[in-house]
Amino acid sequence: MSAAAKRVPLPAILLANDLLDGDVVFATADGAGALAWTRDPAAALVAADDAAAARLEGFAAAALAGNRVVDAYLVDVALESGRPVPRHFRERFKTLGPSNRPDLGKQAGDGIASAPKG
Amino acid sequence: MYRYDEFDERFVRERVAQFTDQVARRLDGSLTEDEFKPLRLKNGVYLQLHAYMLRIAIPYGTLNSRQLRQLALIGEKYDRGYGHFTTRQNLQFNWPKLRDVPEILGLLADVEMHCIQTSGNCIRNVTADHFAGVARDEIEDPRPTAELIRQWSSAHPEFSYLPRKFKIAVTGAEADRAVIKAHDIGLRLRRHPDTHETCYEISVGGGLGRTPMIGKVVRDYLPKQDLLAYLEAIMRVYNLEGRRDNKYKARVKILVHEIGAEEFTRRVEAEFALLDGPSINADPEEVARIAAYFAPPRYDVLPAVSNTLEAAKASNPAFARWVEVNTTPHKIPGYTALTISLKPQGQAPGDATSEQMRAVADLAERYSFDELRVTHAQNLVLPHVRQRDLYVIWQQLGEAGLATANVGLVTDIISCPGLDYCALATARSIPIAQAIQSRFADEARQREIGPLGIKISGCINACGHHHVGHIGILGLEKRGIESYQITLGGDATENAAIGEILGPGLAAEEVPDAIERIVGVYLAARSEGESFIDNVRRIGLAPFKAAFQETARAAA
Repeated sequence: MSAAAKRVPLPAILLANDLLDGDVVFATADGAGALAWTRDPAAALVAADDAAAARLEGFAAAALAGNRVVDAYLVDVALESGRPVPRHFRERFKTLGPSNRPDLGKQAGDGIASAPKG
Repeated sequence: MYRYDEFDERFVRERVAQFTDQVARRLDGSLTEDEFKPLRLKNGVYLQLHAYMLRIAIPYGTLNSRQLRQLALIGEKYDRGYGHFTTRQNLQFNWPKLRDVPEILGLLADVEMHCIQTSGNCIRNVTADHFAGVARDEIEDPRPTAELIRQWSSAHPEFSYLPRKFKIAVTGAEADRAVIKAHDIGLRLRRHPDTHETCYEISVGGGLGRTPMIGKVVRDYLPKQDLLAYLEAIMRVYNLEGRRDNKYKARVKILVHEIGAEEFTRRVEAEFALLDGPSINADPEEVARIAAYFAPPRYDVLPAVSNTLEAAKASNPAFARWVEVNTTPHKIPGYTALTISLKPQGQAPGDATSEQMRAVADLAERYSFDELRVTHAQNLVLPHVRQRDLYVIWQQLGEAGLATANVGLVTDIISCPGLDYCALATARSIPIAQAIQSRFADEARQREIGPLGIKISGCINACGHHHVGHIGILGLEKRGIESYQITLGGDATENAAIGEILGPGLAAEEVPDAIERIVGVYLAARSEGESFIDNVRRIGLAPFKAAFQETARAAA
């Protein structure tokens, strides 16, 4: 993630694919407030200001360098009933799964029960 | 079909070991993603929207039952119980985990399969007519040629880092069922009018994607023994002169277009003249060894018409309709080539569950000399079925949900995975295909409309071949929503043509209405026995454009 790249409009969340599994993961805050990864889009930490977005970018850079995730980037979201929903349809599918297979992906609860990991 | 010799076996096993080590080094951090990505792509591993994707090569679309059962097992054990057959006659799994890929590659190697060269800027899986060795209009079986090219192009050191990917297709028949004119190189086996020897007609520079082009013939009659040297000459000209500065202008079609087919041919012929043909061309003994693998199976001597089949058709109209739509005449009396539609209502085109793969594998083993084919239209074929066995096969396919009678009809839609899976897509494809299938669900109406090929791509890369669809649909993003551009008059056969855009893009929900109006124009204007594409050619685009614009106006 290039520092020079224009940041998406805020609020935003950070998503990526887990290196080992390929699953879509989201940056979240664990119980102590430290950043961690979760498979649950509802638990994604929403960055509402530049400082919070910069913190997510720093976390992404460290996770990419540490070979935890791939393809990490910020996604601008709207808040619907308090849950972050990507504004672009592409990322909405990423938080749900294939629209023709409601039995698969996050919309079917895939991996969402698993505890956040850091 | 071809069986690996000890060199093939060792090569594939070594590659599994190499990739296993590469994955381990990626996971322990020795390889960065930038270093690893080209390695994983060379082994068919992509990263898609929701997960990794593994693309498995099915050379010229030919499989045996053991291989299909292994694919079923992999789908069940390491994926989500299904796979997706593609327009390159390959199979993709949509949910594999990177940690499992080495094990999956090992299982593939056990049945003489792999994922090598299913991605990257190299010569990709060679495709062929799915009725190879079977079709009545065939001059010669294209599979020995396809296998020879597979062996020659596998890990070819000179052609492993081409300017861009490179696709070759082969047909040995008069009717082109392999879309050879939309390939970087298209080969057609034909007889020389004077010598009656079998030769190759060679086309170069076809392709779809953002700049669709129909291939140009560079040689009318190439003697068969010169094939590899001539291919090498083409590849050398392309490798040297293809543009590496711009990914979007790097395919050979751009080079052929920019310098002209005549100049391109001149350079190829000059290179060909310099090459030491005998050192490049395959040893005739090796060619004969390969060809022997494709010897016809031991057919029974049967009457041309099966009374058993005729009686079953007479007593069961649904069966009779399925036979009429899904079978193709076979060169051997009493046999037929059966296409199994992977386009039932409500399913993603080209998807098959592990259970369905097993059902088809069982049928292939029992009724088709253990052989089956994958078509570029995302269906399966049992190439050698006794006519008298069709009724039993139909019943068993019905139990597996595979007895849809729609091959070549309006609901037999080619569709890429689109934005439901693909990271490159700009819009969804599968739901559009399903909405059209639902609109035209009535089987009698489908037959009334007759042959009509709808092809859908979810981005400009055109994996769904939309440019050569009789009706093509391209999914794009327009101001933050999915938008669909409709083209008309494309043709994937020997009369290859690129479709023309009918008008402005439509919202997803407007697409079935637009198709309905287009079909309506055809039904009103067709003459006796005139197919959709023939009608479009005869009456031109104007009446279709007018009807299309009514859809656009109604939506506005």
